Amino acid sequence: MSRAKVKRKSTSIDMTAMCDVAFLLLTFFILTAKPRTEDPVPVDIPASSVEVLLPEDNVLLLTIGQGKVFVSVDGNDVRKQTLIQMGDKYGIKFSQQEQELFSALPIFGVPMKGLKGFLDLDVDQRKEYKQPGIPVDTTANNELSDWILEARKADASLHNKSLRISIKGDNKEEYPTIKKVIGVLQNQKANKFSLITTIREAPKK
Amino acid sequence: MAELDTSSGGGSKGGKVRSKKVSTRVDLTAMVDLAFLLITFFMLTTTLSKPKAMDVTMPAKDEKTKDQLDVAASRSLTLLLGSDNKLEWYQGEPGKSQPEVIGYGKDDLRKLLVEKGKEIQQSYGKFMIVLIKPSDKAVYKNVVDALDEMNITKVESYAIVDITPQEIELLKRENLYN
Repeated sequence: MSRAKVKRKSTSIDMTAMCDVAFLLLTFFILTAKPRTEDPVPVDIPASSVEVLLPEDNVLLLTIGQGKVFVSVDGNDVRKQTLIQMGDKYGIKFSQQEQELFSALPIFGVPMKGLKGFLDLDVDQRKEYKQPGIPVDTTANNELSDWILEARKADASLHNKSLRISIKGDNKEEYPTIKKVIGVLQNQKANKFSLITTIREAPKK
Repeated sequence: MAELDTSSGGGSKGGKVRSKKVSTRVDLTAMVDLAFLLITFFMLTTTLSKPKAMDVTMPAKDEKTKDQLDVAASRSLTLLLGSDNKLEWYQGEPGKSQPEVIGYGKDDLRKLLVEKGKEIQQSYGKFMIVLIKPSDKAVYKNVVDALDEMNITKVESYAIVDITPQEIELLKRENLYN
């Protein structure tokens, strides 16, 4: 009499497993996340066939682009110590607040004279501010040399390790700028350093 | 995709009012949505490819021991990096042999290094020494490319050296200094 009714299946799917996977991945990405540091100048890294990874910590990175040099050091404590030592050297007193601000800066390129003013800007203004780069003179006493030296000293005293220096240069950067920076390193007897490269798209052997 | 509560009993038969059993299943769709949104965000903000480091060792710059290390000129191959992604090479002492202009590609520089390396190894019984001399008109990429070729062809001994005015003249003659 009555026709067999097609049993209507529920369209809902069990989401539990999917939810598990999604959160597992989320946890993984949160834990491995290292926020990308915005370079103040666009830097297009040259490619090479080297496959040695840059170590995670203990790195002093010199970013070179458009003839400007920027410094970034790993570790908030090292940055703070470096600033204090640089302040002593140049006779500039940095307040506690400025030290904290500086230790949170991932990358900077401001001459010593303008550094205090730069730190006093608020976050948005600092982002907008065109950083002139750290002065690299050909003379023996230049600021970049002092920054590198003090950072190395700070790292050695805090972590008892020697800082690994690496250069991240733009493809189109003219050689004289690079030469000046390398010259600074050589003057400090830091003859070993690394150049940062990316992997070549299609490795041909 | 809301869950339909199908578990409720078929009407009240017994007259006794039973407490309705509430389904313990929670709709997870929204939660999954959120999780994937966050995953996407973190994936995009993290640096995916880790930078690679090419180790370079510069010769020690010491005022006292200047020009102390004499390189056997016959075994040395000098690369002058000029503008326009071109380089010039010559073997031995400057001015003795005619420099040649080549590019950085794998048919140019790599072939040259492999061939010259073999040739020098055979005739002198020792490895080849490559001197890389970037001129002021070379770009950073050229230097990295040249160093990379050294790594690929496994040149045992190479160094980045400052260019001499004499060699700049050579580059100028080939119109590679502009």
